[in-house]
Amino acid sequence: MPVEVPKEKWPGSVRTITLGALPSEGGTRKRVVTVGGETAMPFMHFEGEIPNPPVVAIEIKDRKPDDWSPLLLETWKDVIDDPAQWAAAAEAAGADLIVLALSLTNRNGEPTSPDEAVASVKAVLRATGLPLIVFGPGQAEADNALLVAVSEATKGERLALGICEDKNYRTIVATAMANDHLVTARTPMDVNLAKQLNILISDMGLPLDRILMDPTTGALGYGIEYGFSVMERLRLAALQGDKMTQLPMIVTPGFEAWKAKESKVGEGVPASWGDWLNRAINWETLTALTLVESGADIVVLRHPESVKRVKAAIEELMAAKSLVS
Amino acid sequence: MALSGIQIYKLLPQTNCKECGFPTCLAFAMKLAAKQVELSACPYVSEESKALLEESSAPPIRLISLKSDGYEVKAGNEVVMYRHEKTFYNKPGLFVKIKTSSPEADVKTLAQRIQEYRVNYVGIDLEVDGIALEDDTNEGEKMKNAVKAVRSVCKKPLMLFATSAANLEPALTELNGESPLIGCATADSWEKFAELAKQYKASLAVMADNLDTLAELSEKIKGKGVEDIVLVPHGKNLGHELILQTQIRRLALKSNYRPLGYPTLAFCQTHAQMAQAIAKYAGFLVIDTFAEELAYPLLVLRQNIYTDPQKPIQVQPGLYEINNPQPTDPVLVTTNFSITYFSVANEVEGSGLPAYLLVADAEGMSVLTAWAAGKFDAERIAKAVKAVNLDAKVTRKRLVLPGAVAVLSGEVESELPGWEIRVGPREAVDIPKFYKQVLQAN
Ligand code: B12
Ligand code: SF4
Repeated sequence: MPVEVPKEKWPGSVRTITLGALPSEGGTRKRVVTVGGETAMPFMHFEGEIPNPPVVAIEIKDRKPDDWSPLLLETWKDVIDDPAQWAAAAEAAGADLIVLALSLTNRNGEPTSPDEAVASVKAVLRATGLPLIVFGPGQAEADNALLVAVSEATKGERLALGICEDKNYRTIVATAMANDHLVTARTPMDVNLAKQLNILISDMGLPLDRILMDPTTGALGYGIEYGFSVMERLRLAALQGDKMTQLPMIVTPGFEAWKAKESKVGEGVPASWGDWLNRAINWETLTALTLVESGADIVVLRHPESVKRVKAAIEELMAAKSLVS
Repeated sequence: MALSGIQIYKLLPQTNCKECGFPTCLAFAMKLAAKQVELSACPYVSEESKALLEESSAPPIRLISLKSDGYEVKAGNEVVMYRHEKTFYNKPGLFVKIKTSSPEADVKTLAQRIQEYRVNYVGIDLEVDGIALEDDTNEGEKMKNAVKAVRSVCKKPLMLFATSAANLEPALTELNGESPLIGCATADSWEKFAELAKQYKASLAVMADNLDTLAELSEKIKGKGVEDIVLVPHGKNLGHELILQTQIRRLALKSNYRPLGYPTLAFCQTHAQMAQAIAKYAGFLVIDTFAEELAYPLLVLRQNIYTDPQKPIQVQPGLYEINNPQPTDPVLVTTNFSITYFSVANEVEGSGLPAYLLVADAEGMSVLTAWAAGKFDAERIAKAVKAVNLDAKVTRKRLVLPGAVAVLSGEVESELPGWEIRVGPREAVDIPKFYKQVLQAN
C-alpha cells in the first residue's frame, strides 16, 4: 500500500559558515569546520539538503576553573593547568573544534591581562589543528579588552569571538571585522531578539556568513523546553525565508548541564537520582541530543563521554540520507 | 478530516423539523462543524451518516490507553508537529524491558524497583509507567511465569512481546480486567496477533521498517476488528527512525491519513534514541535497562517537552515556612516559578535550617527572567511582604535577596523601612553555607 508522504518545500535555507582558516587561506589550522546550509528541518533528508553535520566542540579554560563540577576537574586533571595540553586532550577526545573560555582572573587571582589571554590562545592554536572559538569571561569590559588583543594577535585565523550580546557587541564585532574573524551572537531565547541582534551586527558591516547565532538554552530540568522551542522556531523562520534568522546555531549544553545541581553535587541528594557520574553525563548528553534534534549546528560540551555519544548519534542521523534519497 | 458545515448538512435529514433546537438542519450543521453541539441532538440521522460523521470527527491520532489495577498510560490525541504551535498532550509512556529468560528472582527484584521508583521534580512525583516483557526463549510458559512474578510485586501496566502470538496466550489469561499491549505483529504474524488482541482486549503493536507495510498491516488488522493499534516504525538507524516518526505524525495530522493515525512506540537502546523518542513523537518508549540515573533525566526531559508552552509551571505565591521557623529566623525571597521555588526550598529543607520562604508573584518566571521583564522588582517584593503581613510574623526583620538580583537591595531597602536587606548567594546550593556563615554569625 504505497503511502504518499507530504513534503515541505521551503523557500529559504541556512547560510553556510566556515570556521578556521588553512595555511593557504591565511591561517594555521590543519582542518576547517563548515556548518549550516540546511534546506530542511533537522535531518529531514527526504525533502531537502542537510549538507553539513552538526559538530561538537569541547570547552576548555585558560586555567583550572574555580566553579566546575568536581567530576570534570577529575576527568581533565592531567591537563587542567595547561590550556595547550587541555586542547590536545580535547582533540584526542573527538572534538571537531575547541572553545577556549577565558577566565576573569588568572591563577594568582589578578585580572587576566590581554597578554596572558593572547598567550593562552596562541598556545592552544599551536597544540591543536582544529578551529577555535574564544569566549571572553562574560563581563563587558574584560571581554572587550581581552578579545581585541586576541583578535589582533590571531588575524586571519577565522576564530569565532564571543559572546556578543545586545549590551556589548560593538567592540567585538569591530575587531572581528578588522581581523578576519567570526562572532557568536547570544540572545535570551527569543526569535525577535535574535533577529534584532543579527541586524545590529550586520549593520556594522560584518557579513552574515561570519555570524553564528546563540539562542541560549537551559539545561534539562532548567528550561530546556524554552531553548528547544525557540530553536525550532528560528529554524522554521529561516526556512520560510526570513534572512535574519538564516544563521547556523551554536548552543552551550555543557555549560548549562554542568551547572545543574544534578551534575555538581554527589552527596546529600535523593537516592532516586542514582549514580552521580553517570547521572551527570546523562544530564549533559540528553540536553545536547535534544538540542541537536531541534536544530543546533554546534554543541559545546565538557565531558568526553558525552562527546562520544553525541558524535555517534550525529553520524547515524546523517547516515539516514542514503536510506531515503 | 474535519468536515465543513455544508458537508455535514448533506448528511443530515434536511427536513428542518427543529427538534434539535435549531431552526434548520443547516444551522445545526454549522454548530456541529464548530463542535458546539452533539450529533445526538438530532434524533433522525441515519446510521450510515452517523458512522461517517463519527469517523470524520475522530481525532487524527487515535487515543490508546494501557490499563492495570489503578494505573493508566495514555498515548495519542496529539494535534501539532511542534510544541510551540499549541502543546504536546500525552507524555510518552516509559516502559522498561525485562527478558523472560531472566531468573525469576531477578525479574521480581527489577519489577519491584520499577514499581517503587519515584523521583520528585519541582514538586511533581515522576514515575516509570510499566514493564515490557520480552519472550526471548520462545516458551509460552516462561512468559506466563514472568507475568506472575511481575504481578506479585508490581501493578503497573504491561507490554508483552513475542515473535509468536501463541506464546502470549497463557500469559494473557493472567491479566484479566487489564488492557495490556501485545506485539509485535509483522507482515507474517499479524493475523494470529489480531485474533489474540481482539479476544483479550489488548492494544496491538505493529512493526515494519517502512510506512507502506505499516499502513497495509494496520488496515488489515482494523479489518479484523482491532482498532487499538500502536505503530512501531523500525528504522534502520537513528536518522531513519526520526524520519519515519516525523512522516507518521505528519501524515496523521496534515493528511488525516487514517491507516497511520495511531500513536507510535520506540524501542530504545541508546541515549540518542531515548532523547529523540521523547522530543520527536513517540507515544511509548521501551528502554533496555533500568537505572535511577537514567530514569530520572528521562522523566524530567519528558516532563519538560510536554509542558504547556503557554503556562510555565508555577507555585502559589505566599509565605512558606520551612523547618518550623521562629519569629527571629530569616526570610528568603524568591519567585513563583516552580523550578526556582523548588531549587531554593529543597536546599533550605535539606539543610534543616529554619527559614521563611517568601514567594513573590513573578508570573511564573525565574529570578533573572522576572527581573529583566520587570516582574520581580523592589515594589513587587515589598508588596509580597505586605500581602502576607510579614511585619507581624517576624520580630527580627531580615530579608534575603537572591544573589542574582543584588542590584535591587538599595531599592528594596527604601521600600521596606525597618527591614535589614541582605544579599544571598547566586546559587541555591550555596544557601546553607551562607546561612551558617553569614546569617547565624550576625
Ligand atoms: C528559561 C529562560 C527564559 C524563559 C522563561 C522561563 C521562566 N518561566 O522563567 C523565557 C524564554 C520565556 C525567557 C524570557 C525572557 N528572558 Co530569560 N532566560 C531563561 C534562562 C535560559 C533560564 C532561566 C531559568 O529558568 N533558570 C533556572 C532558575 C531555577 O534559576 P533562578 O530563578 O535564577 O534561581 C536560581 C538562583 O537565582 C537561586 N535563587 C533563586 N531564588 C533565590 C532566593 C534566594 C534568597 C537565594 C539566596 C537564591 C535564590 O537559586 C536558583 C538555583 O540556583 C536564562 C539564562 C540561563 N541559562 O540562566 C535566561 C535569562 C534569565 N533571561 C533573560 C532575559 C533578558 C529574558 C527576557 C527579558 C528577554 C526578552 N526581552 O524578551 C524575557 C523576559 C520574559 C518576558 N518578557 O515575558 C536574561 C536576563 C539578563 C539579565 N541578567 O538581566 C537571561 C539571564 C539570559 C541572558 N543571558 O541574557 N527566559
Ligand atoms: S433535528 Fe435533525 S432533522 Fe430536525 S432540524 Fe435538527 S438536524 Fe434537521
